[in-house]
Amino acid sequence: MQMLEEYRTKSYRQHLRPPVEENLIRDKTAIVGIGQTEYSRDSGRDELDLACEAIKKAVADAGLKMSDIDGLEALTLDRVSMPTLIGSLGIENLRFTSEVSFGGGGACALVMHAAAAVASGAADYVVCYRALNEASGHRYGRGDGYAEYLKAAPTLHYGYYFPYGFLTPLSWAAMYTKRWMHEYGIKLEDTGWYSVVLREYAQNNPEAIFYGKPLTIEEFHESPMISAPLRLFDCCVDTDGAAAVVVTTADRAKDMPHTPVYIAAAAQSSPIETEIQTSYNRPVVAGLPETWYVGQELYRQSGLGPADIDVAQLYDPFSYGAMIQLEELGFCGPGECVDFCQGGDRIRVDGELPLNTSGGLLSEAYIHGVNLITEAVRQLRGTAHNQVTDAETAIVTAGPGLPTSGLILRK
Amino acid sequence: MTTQADSEAPVIPHPALWAVLYRSSTPFWEAVGRHELTLQRCSDCKTWRMPPRPMCPRCQSAESEWVPVSGRGTIHSWVTYPESPHPAFEAPYAVILVELDEGPRLVSNPVGIAPDELEIGMPVEVVFEDVSDDFALYKFQRAG
Repeated sequence: MQMLEEYRTKSYRQHLRPPVEENLIRDKTAIVGIGQTEYSRDSGRDELDLACEAIKKAVADAGLKMSDIDGLEALTLDRVSMPTLIGSLGIENLRFTSEVSFGGGGACALVMHAAAAVASGAADYVVCYRALNEASGHRYGRGDGYAEYLKAAPTLHYGYYFPYGFLTPLSWAAMYTKRWMHEYGIKLEDTGWYSVVLREYAQNNPEAIFYGKPLTIEEFHESPMISAPLRLFDCCVDTDGAAAVVVTTADRAKDMPHTPVYIAAAAQSSPIETEIQTSYNRPVVAGLPETWYVGQELYRQSGLGPADIDVAQLYDPFSYGAMIQLEELGFCGPGECVDFCQGGDRIRVDGELPLNTSGGLLSEAYIHGVNLITEAVRQLRGTAHNQVTDAETAIVTAGPGLPTSGLILRK
Repeated sequence: MTTQADSEAPVIPHPALWAVLYRSSTPFWEAVGRHELTLQRCSDCKTWRMPPRPMCPRCQSAESEWVPVSGRGTIHSWVTYPESPHPAFEAPYAVILVELDEGPRLVSNPVGIAPDELEIGMPVEVVFEDVSDDFALYKFQRAG
């Protein structure tokens, strides 16, 4: 029994590192361009084609020429071949490329790495992008889709899950969600408001997949249980599309067309014994310590706290994935996030914390979280479809329950 | 090892193939094949390593020992699949997360427990199911 106690109580959330000595990203880097394709259920186009369009639009939005771009930042999961993309964009002598691991957990890290590149002088203008035919092509939600992916990048822990049919991200999330509900006494009938409010946001966003398709709380509770406690409308929306942003230094940003959106903080975290949404052998299953670490780091770097954040874009592969982040980021206490979202007023556009104001991954589109970054930029420029009045600060996070990343952006 | 011959679907090997991709996992699965549940433990700091790994994440020791465990524990959480995501698995089925009495947690399937009978905290014990001559899976039934 002594061994068991030791196993359960071993260090957890006790490795917050001291601040870096000289942060060259904070307030010295900025997002200056955003672009996206149509978000659809069947693009009928190559992912390469989608990537080119989103990048071209982001570069034009920044008031730049393609030849100004000298850095490119992608997710390792992106199926667009980087050499093919570089050739298609027509960039000569690209001098910085980098790829970020961890799927959706790397979304904000794309911007962090781009910022590190421009802050260090490795490049001047770096494009970050994500392009995917998730709806019509390669679906992560399917067991066979993952089998294909794992052939290329076998992950140790899957060897212990696949033989039991434990195959889909939905079920991996359902496992920790069920435990979380058990530990905090959450009742299924109290849930649903998160999904309803995000769908409301999508009704004002013509780009959203669920534009023109509102959802009532009754319809939510009537939707099929995919993997209990997760219902259909707890899940993100498979999407075809692409989104891109351009990052440069704050000095250059001052002379560019749009209000610069400064990077006030950028962080990644991968806690010990982390897996990809299946970190069941860390002391507490019902929590997202990687999000907690990222939040602590973001607040420390920026000097801001939860009360200073005007709008939040929290990665929502599933409703609970975003809601539990509210707890880990200090917007409410442990086990309180369902209460926080009850009735929806606190997360609506004029509420205490407007949340995923484009409709998020549930109702706008699943562009692996890069569309949450573009929405945060629109909010700080004052050009969002659901504009938060006088928004000056935004927090953005990446995939929860795996090595993740986050940003605090400001005007 | 089963392969799928459905011409409509891509040909996919049985997912159990992934169980033997890492050499650090070999002793674990060899023991399961003998119907024994053993876990890897650091020889130096005595921390369990689940899943098995070449180095202790706590003290970075490369030394480890394989320790027989009781095979008894409780259901820590569980999920059900009303529809199968993969032709190798027939829906509906359930996947459970078992917290062993020794501490580490294992993903598995329940045996002889209907999905609507599953409960967090239910005591369970290990049973073994042979997949082939040299490959078995550990599963869990209600503790006797």
